[in-house]
Amino acid sequence: MALPNPKVPRAGSYRFFAGMGILAAAYGLLIVGMLIADLGFTDWRRLKEAVSSEPIQYAIQLSLTTCTLAALLSLLVAIPAGYLLARCQFRGKWLLDAIFDIPIVLPPLVVGLSLLILFQTALGQAFEQNIFPVTYELPSVVLAQFTVAASFAVRTMKVTYSQQDRRHEDVARTLGCSRWQAFLRVVLPESRQGVIAAGTLAWARALGEFGPILVFSGATRMKTEVLPSSVFLELSVGNLEAALAVSLLMVFVAILVLSLARYFGLRGSTW
Amino acid sequence: MVEQVPMIEFQDVGVQAGAFTLQNVNLRIGRGAYTVLLGSTGSGKTTLLELLCGLRRPQHGRILLNGSEVTALDPAERGIGYVPQDGALFPAMTVAKQIALPLEVRKVPRPEIRKRVAEISEKLGVQHLLKRYPRMGGASGAAGRGGGSSNSGGLSGGERQRVALARALVFEPFVLCLDEPLSAVDEETRVQLYPLLRSTTNDFGATVLHVTHSSSESRVLASHGLRLVNGKLETWLPEPTSNAETDSVSAAMPPAE
Repeated sequence: MALPNPKVPRAGSYRFFAGMGILAAAYGLLIVGMLIADLGFTDWRRLKEAVSSEPIQYAIQLSLTTCTLAALLSLLVAIPAGYLLARCQFRGKWLLDAIFDIPIVLPPLVVGLSLLILFQTALGQAFEQNIFPVTYELPSVVLAQFTVAASFAVRTMKVTYSQQDRRHEDVARTLGCSRWQAFLRVVLPESRQGVIAAGTLAWARALGEFGPILVFSGATRMKTEVLPSSVFLELSVGNLEAALAVSLLMVFVAILVLSLARYFGLRGSTW
Repeated sequence: MVEQVPMIEFQDVGVQAGAFTLQNVNLRIGRGAYTVLLGSTGSGKTTLLELLCGLRRPQHGRILLNGSEVTALDPAERGIGYVPQDGALFPAMTVAKQIALPLEVRKVPRPEIRKRVAEISEKLGVQHLLKRYPRMGGASGAAGRGGGSSNSGGLSGGERQRVALARALVFEPFVLCLDEPLSAVDEETRVQLYPLLRSTTNDFGATVLHVTHSSSESRVLASHGLRLVNGKLETWLPEPTSNAETDSVSAAMPPAE
């Protein structure tokens, strides 16, 4: 009678890992294949030309500025929202949690359309006339990006605060800190990695945002044209090289941001 | 004989916390006593400490410190030193910074803070750790970033307890709550910490409520002893035969069931 030998995996094990591996690898190949094809298709001289054109230069600057603003605004709401969802018990919490998820699951065009309609209401109109104009103006770009990006930032901050040891806050309060002091001196510094992760994630989402911006801001050259709008505009006039050039630029930025986020630790993030 | 005002007093305190209930807890602890509260895991010891520190509100009853009611006060207003299990040190702060925190929020002037942090760290033998971050072994090292590499060592279990104790004692609280302070350290460190616990709390004149499930620990440290069984308090030291009213610690049993 042979004893089972743990060092020799049975044939079933091989089949299991081969099956799982092939399925996972197929997706990886698709992603890498896409990027390699992009690179192979690029005429590098035309790329330089396209990227240095005035409208694209404007789009680059606009994208970088609006994404940064949208990411900062996202953190401003995501930090308190994530904290409350992770640490507090209150009535209607499940509803609030579900509401914060809506921008993630809503089709992007619907987000844009809904923003457009919101600013057609009496309240929206009053805001545009008395405070500042939004629709089809620069603030609409930031607002469209923020609406979706903040939703992702809230998720990340919620995970961050539910993993953090809540006794630290308790101890800070016994040591003489008010709730604000305990939060600002102990809780927030401890969640630094989560804040960086949420910020980069929101930034990356904002950079790729297109649908809501197209509907809510339009894609006006030298005005509300962000990088994804450039890809769209160039494609629509048949200028594939320029569209590809801008796309590659965004791929480069996305990889950079992803690496930074990995470096600062997206540990525990849900995606 | 005029009865002394107890330092800690619970009057019919009750709270429902998840699965178990603390019911009608009556408790009187005299000034300067070192009281060890025994109880098995899940008996409500930590809940009792949280009630005392103000981290949890009782559903009924009153809590008094030195004769004045604190039931509705925030933890910050009670001035109780609290050392939870394994210290709960702040990972994003150097040892010096966290010992200084209670003084900073009390707006003590800088030079005074420096002096008092130096004093307490010397007393607890942590003066060589002041620049370190208390990283746990498992967490990845943000400690190495920013600071010099020589200060990125993290702290041992015994060192963590000493730092936590320094942080809780630096503002000279009247009452010190210790939640299983020795459960995470090895036997050798524990034996070193016993006299330190007794002498420092004595020096500060603090009234100590020390929670543990270890009866050996309690015999070494306790001047008074309580036991929490099924959400009710019993006195085990001094022997419960004596007249409870004259003891500086007593756990009055709730009236007839």
